[in-house]
Amino acid sequence: MTDQAVDTAVEELTKPRNQWLDVWDQFKTHKGAVVGLGFLIFITLFCAIGPLIWDVDPGKLDIRNKDVRPIYMAIFDSEAKTSWARPMGTDHLGRDIMANTMQGGRISLAVGWTAMILAVLIGTLVGVFAGYFKRLDGLLMRFTDLVLSLPILPLLLVMMLLFRDPLRAVFGPEQGIFILIVTGIGITSWMQTARIVRGDVMAIKEREFVLAARSIGTPARRMITRHLLPNVLSPIMVSATLGLATAIITESALSFLGLGFPSDFPTWGKILFDSVDRMTAFPERVIWPGLAISLTVLSVNYIGDGLRDALDPRIRGQ
Amino acid sequence: MLTYTIRRLLLSIPTLLFIAFVIFMLLELAPGDPMAQMPLTIPPEVKEKMRLALGLGEPWWVRFPLWLKQFFIVEPQYWIDQTFGTNFADGAQRIISFQSRSPVFDTIAERMPQTLWVVGMSYVVGVLIALPIGIISAYRQYSVFDNVGTFVSMIGFSVPPFFSGVVLIVIFSVSLGWLPSIYDTTHQVVDWDTFVFQLRQMIMPVMVLALQTTAQVSRYMRASMLDNLGQDYVRTARAKGMTESVVVMKHVLRNSMIPVITVIALGIPSIFGGAIITEQIFKVNGLGQLLIIALQGSDIPMVMTITFLLAVLIVMMNLIADILYGILDPRIRYD
Repeated sequence: MTDQAVDTAVEELTKPRNQWLDVWDQFKTHKGAVVGLGFLIFITLFCAIGPLIWDVDPGKLDIRNKDVRPIYMAIFDSEAKTSWARPMGTDHLGRDIMANTMQGGRISLAVGWTAMILAVLIGTLVGVFAGYFKRLDGLLMRFTDLVLSLPILPLLLVMMLLFRDPLRAVFGPEQGIFILIVTGIGITSWMQTARIVRGDVMAIKEREFVLAARSIGTPARRMITRHLLPNVLSPIMVSATLGLATAIITESALSFLGLGFPSDFPTWGKILFDSVDRMTAFPERVIWPGLAISLTVLSVNYIGDGLRDALDPRIRGQ
Repeated sequence: MLTYTIRRLLLSIPTLLFIAFVIFMLLELAPGDPMAQMPLTIPPEVKEKMRLALGLGEPWWVRFPLWLKQFFIVEPQYWIDQTFGTNFADGAQRIISFQSRSPVFDTIAERMPQTLWVVGMSYVVGVLIALPIGIISAYRQYSVFDNVGTFVSMIGFSVPPFFSGVVLIVIFSVSLGWLPSIYDTTHQVVDWDTFVFQLRQMIMPVMVLALQTTAQVSRYMRASMLDNLGQDYVRTARAKGMTESVVVMKHVLRNSMIPVITVIALGIPSIFGGAIITEQIFKVNGLGQLLIIALQGSDIPMVMTITFLLAVLIVMMNLIADILYGILDPRIRYD
């Protein structure tokens, strides 16, 4: 990619066409993907910048103003307890739901991104090593198959339960659980990436340009970083989007089963779990965090779909 | 084919042993202690005796083989004894739950039917909905039906069961009051009315799980149909003057089903994982709920056994999928 940056600088007169510009052009033709990207940016900004504007402490108890309904309830029912100071309402302890949703989104998205990056790193490492070095292939892929046949959700639950207290004692309540969840999801979801990367590396390894590079004495390290990795980047990016979606869902599932973050640290799954007991009276409290999870995952899936098309040179430019 | 099957069966033994070892060591190395919940007033020597009574006194290299022996030898012996009235087991020690002090397998046998009913029904329903959707989507590619199908399956991928279940409860139990939100497992089907009740309480959990199956299987069915619809033999069949229904339903469908059947087999373990969450929402007292309760109570033998059973299921389904692929597709030769 650095070559292309240099190329475009040299060829000022001809219209510069960067590879990523082509990808972006193709990506723009996929309507679902563009809407998904828009929503992902919106929800990220909502969670990242939102608390700066809406500076209500999500943990502050305000028992006088408990069980305030969202503001739109005033349209259906003029008797409902609503307040412009609490546009999304408050929960049974008077905590502001909008501030909680923002704070919860921060944690959920942070867990999702970090766990995805960890899983993609492990998967790429295993895949490249297995694909490039024949000696490691059998061992690494056997291991991948073994991990694939582990029952993931029960094992994650076991890990959460058993390692929660010691990690909490070492890193503090929030940091400890964060590390635990991220590593748990990361080390249980790298297998698909590893398989895809291995297959692609093995196919690319047989191509002429790799032979040419080898014939001028390129060492293995540079061969991987310069010739193989840029060429397997597109499947890695696609599996990264899928990884982000599953990581967000897994984190909320753990929180929903009551084995995620402690109750003072809201995440979307945690808010949903805490509201299930009162959903007959206050259905909006389960709908909002649930919608946030589902729409985020849906938009990430659509982005993955669009990326898959945009990164495929056979489809691009048609 | 037979040699391949035998080779794979033999290979699955070390796999399962490794998985059992991983689960065991995870539970062993974890700093959690089943005695942590006990009152602090219990003197240490009594606590030590209680640990011994739970079978925790020995080091892991004694307890792991012991657990393996109990799981693979003693428990099947008891099972045979119960079925045929023999006496192989001869009072050998079974795997005992820390919480209930009863054999783990008895509890699992009690919980199994509920899970199997809900999970099994949802899988059958999901596959039955998915196959026609996949076929029509592929046959009418880029039509309105196909686009709607793609969107619905995207939703099926994206909406987690704990949200779709809760939404269904809010709509059908709370607002409309049509369906019960709690699954009553003590309910017995004796006549028509009780049958209808059973049907009504099963609709929501089954639909929540079926949505995920449908999303996945219909995608595979569509992709596989599209692959085959462009093949030369389809053109030949049409050129011979065969009716469209014969071409699609006989030639294309049969060939497209080969990869789909393996996907269906591979999806069975994951639906059991999804059942853990669904059972929690609808309060079904099945295996998933049992696992959660055992986890919360640090009931190590129970957690170990259920998790390992799930692993056995995964390994077996992988094996079945590979063998089915070899039987159905004559182009695949494993030898």
